[in-house]
Amino acid sequence: MAPSDDFPISRRGLLAGGAASVATAAVARPAMAEAAPSRAPASPPTAKVDFEVNGTAHSLELDTRTTLLDALREHLRLTGTKKGCDHGQCGACTVLVDGRRINSCLSLAVQHDGDRITTIEGLGQPGNLHPMQEAFVVHDGYQCGYCTPGQICSAVAVLDEIKAGIPSHVTADLSVAPAVTPRELRERMSGNICRCGAYSNIVDAIVDAAGVKA
Amino acid sequence: MKFDTPATENPIDQLKVVGKPTSRIEGPLKTSGTAPYAYERHDAVPNQAYGFIVGSAIAKGRIASIDLAEAKAAPGVLAIVTAASAGTLGKGDFNTARLLGGPEIQHYHQAIAIVVAESFEQARAAAGLVRVRYTRDKGNFDLASSLDGAIKPPAFFGTEPDSSFGDFDAAFASAPVKLDEHYTTPDHSHAMMEPHASIASWDGDKLTLWTSNQMIAWSVGDVAKTLGIPRENVRLVSPYIGGGFGGKLFVRADAILAALGAKAAGRPVKVALPRPLIANNTTHRPATIQRIRLGATPDGKLTSIGHESWSGDLKGGGPETAVGQTRLLYAAPHRMTAMRLAVLDLPEGNAMRAPGEAPGLMALEIAIDEMAEKLGMDPVAFRILNDTQVDPEKPERKFSQRQLNECLRIGADKFGWASRNPKPGLTRDGRWLVGTGVAAAFRNNLNEKSAARVRLDRAGRVIVETDMTDIGTGSYTIIAQTAAEMLGVPLDRVEVRLGDSLFPVSAGSGGQWGANSSTAGVYAACAKLRTAIAQKLGLDPAKAAFANGKVSAGGKSIALARAAADGEVVAEDMMEYGDLAQTFQQSTFGAHFVEAAVDAATGEIRLRRMLAVCAAGRILNPKAARSQVIGAMTMGAGAALMEELAVDKRFGFFVNHDLAGYEVPVHADIPSQDVIFLDEVDPTTSPMKAKGVGELGICGVAAAVANAVYHATGIRVRNYPVTLDKLIDRLPAIA
Ligand code: FES
Ligand code: FES
Repeated sequence: MAPSDDFPISRRGLLAGGAASVATAAVARPAMAEAAPSRAPASPPTAKVDFEVNGTAHSLELDTRTTLLDALREHLRLTGTKKGCDHGQCGACTVLVDGRRINSCLSLAVQHDGDRITTIEGLGQPGNLHPMQEAFVVHDGYQCGYCTPGQICSAVAVLDEIKAGIPSHVTADLSVAPAVTPRELRERMSGNICRCGAYSNIVDAIVDAAGVKA
Repeated sequence: MKFDTPATENPIDQLKVVGKPTSRIEGPLKTSGTAPYAYERHDAVPNQAYGFIVGSAIAKGRIASIDLAEAKAAPGVLAIVTAASAGTLGKGDFNTARLLGGPEIQHYHQAIAIVVAESFEQARAAAGLVRVRYTRDKGNFDLASSLDGAIKPPAFFGTEPDSSFGDFDAAFASAPVKLDEHYTTPDHSHAMMEPHASIASWDGDKLTLWTSNQMIAWSVGDVAKTLGIPRENVRLVSPYIGGGFGGKLFVRADAILAALGAKAAGRPVKVALPRPLIANNTTHRPATIQRIRLGATPDGKLTSIGHESWSGDLKGGGPETAVGQTRLLYAAPHRMTAMRLAVLDLPEGNAMRAPGEAPGLMALEIAIDEMAEKLGMDPVAFRILNDTQVDPEKPERKFSQRQLNECLRIGADKFGWASRNPKPGLTRDGRWLVGTGVAAAFRNNLNEKSAARVRLDRAGRVIVETDMTDIGTGSYTIIAQTAAEMLGVPLDRVEVRLGDSLFPVSAGSGGQWGANSSTAGVYAACAKLRTAIAQKLGLDPAKAAFANGKVSAGGKSIALARAAADGEVVAEDMMEYGDLAQTFQQSTFGAHFVEAAVDAATGEIRLRRMLAVCAAGRILNPKAARSQVIGAMTMGAGAALMEELAVDKRFGFFVNHDLAGYEVPVHADIPSQDVIFLDEVDPTTSPMKAKGVGELGICGVAAAVANAVYHATGIRVRNYPVTLDKLIDRLPAIA
C-alpha cells in the first residue's frame, strides 16, 4: 500500500520523517520475505565473561548482546541498578567499574572481563548504609527512588573525581585543585536525571557526605 | 466512618508523630537498591520469559497484513500475540485508545504485537523481524488549524466546559484598562524514570500482575474489562513505583500485553516499555491554545476575567481543563470561561501533574503580570488587591481556608521583592540580565473515599494494609505516622503494606488527593481498632487514651500488646465524605518567586533562586511535603524552559520521544530551592485536617519563570517553552 496522494513523500521528506521511513521500509520487505524462506534459526552467539561484582567473583556465559546492566539485573538479579532508558540518556544504570562511574546500559557485559564492579548493593545495605546512602535518607535526596541508586553511585564517584583533581566544565581555574562546591556537584551530577526533581536535596546530601568523609 | 461535619479535636492533633519531618521509612531500601520495582520481581514467580512490544509505525490507518514468519522462527521465540490472535478484547474505562491496536491503528506507536522469548535480547531481536504492511489514512495532527472544528465537550470529571457570571462582554468592552492575549503551551511528557513495566502470571484463569500503577482498584477493573475476565480473577501488586505524575494512573500496554503474552506462552512474562516507545505509546499532557481577556479599573480592580482554552485529543477523549482555576482565583464581578476540544489523531492526551491548572496557570499568571504592568502596579500588590475569600461564581460559598495573600506577602518579604526595580531589562550582573518573577499557585483539594485494614499483633506491632500507592509522595511514611499517632506507638512499631489489590481499596495516588484521603482512611480504621482494643482490655472506648504503647482509662493503664495476647486484633474501615466539599470551596494556595539570569549576548537562561510559599492545610510530614514541592518546582522549571513534545504534523507523532530529545531539567538547571509552609489546619477536609501539596507545587512555577525572564529582558514570550531562540533577536542592545 503506497501512501495515498495526500502524502507525497519526497526523498527529503522521507529522511525527515522517521515514521514514514519506517512505514515504507516495512512496506517493501514482505515481498523479500516471501521470496526467500525464513533463515534457519541459529542460536545466538554466547561468550564467557568473568568479573567481580561487589567483591564476589562471577563467571557467566552470556548472549554477547547482553549489556552489563542486564547482566547485573537479569542474570545476577542485582536489581538495585536501574534501567531508565537503556540508551545512555538518564544515568539510572550508573555503576562503578574499577572505581570509575559508567552507564552500564552502554557497555556490553563481555567488555568487562576481569573488571571489578561495584553496584549500589555493594556500597551498603539497610543497617549498614554507606555514608552517601545515609545522607540521601537524611536529606530526602529522592522521592520515587528509581534514579537513586544511580545518583548515589555517581555521587560517590564524583567525590573521588574531585579528590583526584579531575576538573569539570565549570572548574574556573585548572591550576587549582577543584573543590566540593554546589556548582561543581551540579555540573558533575548532570548525567543523572531525577524526574522527581530531588536535585536540591541531592546536592545537600552530597555536600553532607563529603563532610563525613573528610 | 463518614466525615460530614468539620473535624473537632482528635488524636491526630497531638502531633507527637504526625507533622514531624520524619525521614522516609522505606529510605534504606530505596537508597540501597533493595526496594523492588515491578520489572525486578524475580522472586515473585519462577520461569519468567521476556516480552518486547512492537509499536505502530503509522499514526492512523490500518494494518493490511503482518508477516510473523521470520520473527516466529527467530531463536528463543516462544509466542507472538497480535490483535488477530488475541481474541476479543475490551477497552478500559480509563483508556481512550485500545491498548492493542490492529487492524485499525489509532495513534503512532500504538502497540500492535508482543514477541515473547527466552531472553530480552532474543525478544528484542525478533520484534525487529515482525513485518507490517500498513494502509495509511489522513489524520489531523495540528491543534492550531483545528480550532474551527473544535466542539464544546461534555462535562469532564465534573468540570463543565463553560461558565459565566455577570455580563462579561459588556464589562470587558467598557473596561478602562484591557488585556487580550493568546498563549500556548505544548504537549508534555511525564517522563517518569521507571518505564511502565509489568510481570504477568496466570494460575488457571486467575491473573496476577506485578506492575507499576498509581491506581490499583481502577486498574484491576480495567484489566478485567480489557481481558474480558471477572475482576475477582485479577490481582495487582505495585508496592514501589518509579514515578508516575499521572502517566501511571491507568492500565497501559505493558500490563495487557504481558498478560496476553503469558497466556500464549504458557509462562509468566515480563515487559517494560522501551523508553523510545513511551512518549507516543502512553499518555501525555495535551497542548493548549489559550485566550485571556482581563478588564480593570485604573486603580487596579479587575472588573472582568475571560479565559478560553482549546485542546485536542483522540475521538472519545477529553479536554485539558485549563480554565478551571480561573473560575476561583481572582475576584471580578463579570466573568466567563470556555473550553473547546478538537479531535486530533496524536497519541492519547490525559492527566499529568495538576491537569488543567498547570497549563492554565502557565497562561493566566503571565496575563496577570502583563495587566499589572499595564496598570503600573507591582504584580504582588495587584494580586493581593484582587483576592477573593468566596467562590466568585457562587459568592455565598466560602473558601474553607484561603491564605493566598499571606503566601504572597511572606514570599515577597523572604525573597527581597521590595528592592526590585519595577522596570524590566535594567538589572545587570556582568554579562547577565537579571530579573525576578512571581506567580500565584492554586490547585483544588479533592477528597476521595479510602479504606484500610489495621492489625495489632501479639508483639504489639501495628500493621497497616491498604491498596494505596507510594509514587515518591511519601505515602508509606505518612500512613505510618498516622497509625503511630492514633495508637500511641513509636514509628518503628508500625509496618505499612501498600499497593496490593488484596488490601482494602484506597483513594490511590492522583489529583493530589492521596495524602489526606489515604491517611483519613487509616484514621478511620485505627479509630475502629482503638474501640476493639479498649473493649478487649475492658476499658471504656470513649475515654481510652493511647500513648507510649499503653492504653489508659479510668485510672487503669494497660500495655497495648496485651489486647492481642490471645490473637491479632484487626479492624477495617473506610473514610467516606459528606458534602463539606460542596459547602466550602477547598483549595490549596501558594506563591512562587523566581530569579532568572539571561545572557545578554546569547539569550541563555539560568535560574538563580526559587522560592515557594504554600498554604495547604496540615502538613503531615514537612520533609516529604517539601520534597514534593521542590520536585514540582523542578518540573515547572522544565515546562517553562525546555519541555515540549515536538509534533510531526505530517506523520502525526512526537518526534523527540526519548530522554535525549525530550529535555527535562538536570542538576545543572536547578538552583537551590526554598519552600515555606504556612501554619494551617483545615477542619473541613478530614480528621487529618490536611490537603494536597504535590500538584500545588507545579502550579504557577512556569509563569513565575517566564515573568522573571520578561523582567530580565523586557521580552514577553507567550509561547512555551521560553527558549533562547525566542529572545535572541530581541535582546536589548549590549551597552
Ligand atoms: S539506563 Fe543507562 S543511561 Fe539510562
Ligand atoms: S527519585 Fe524519582 S526520579 Fe529521582
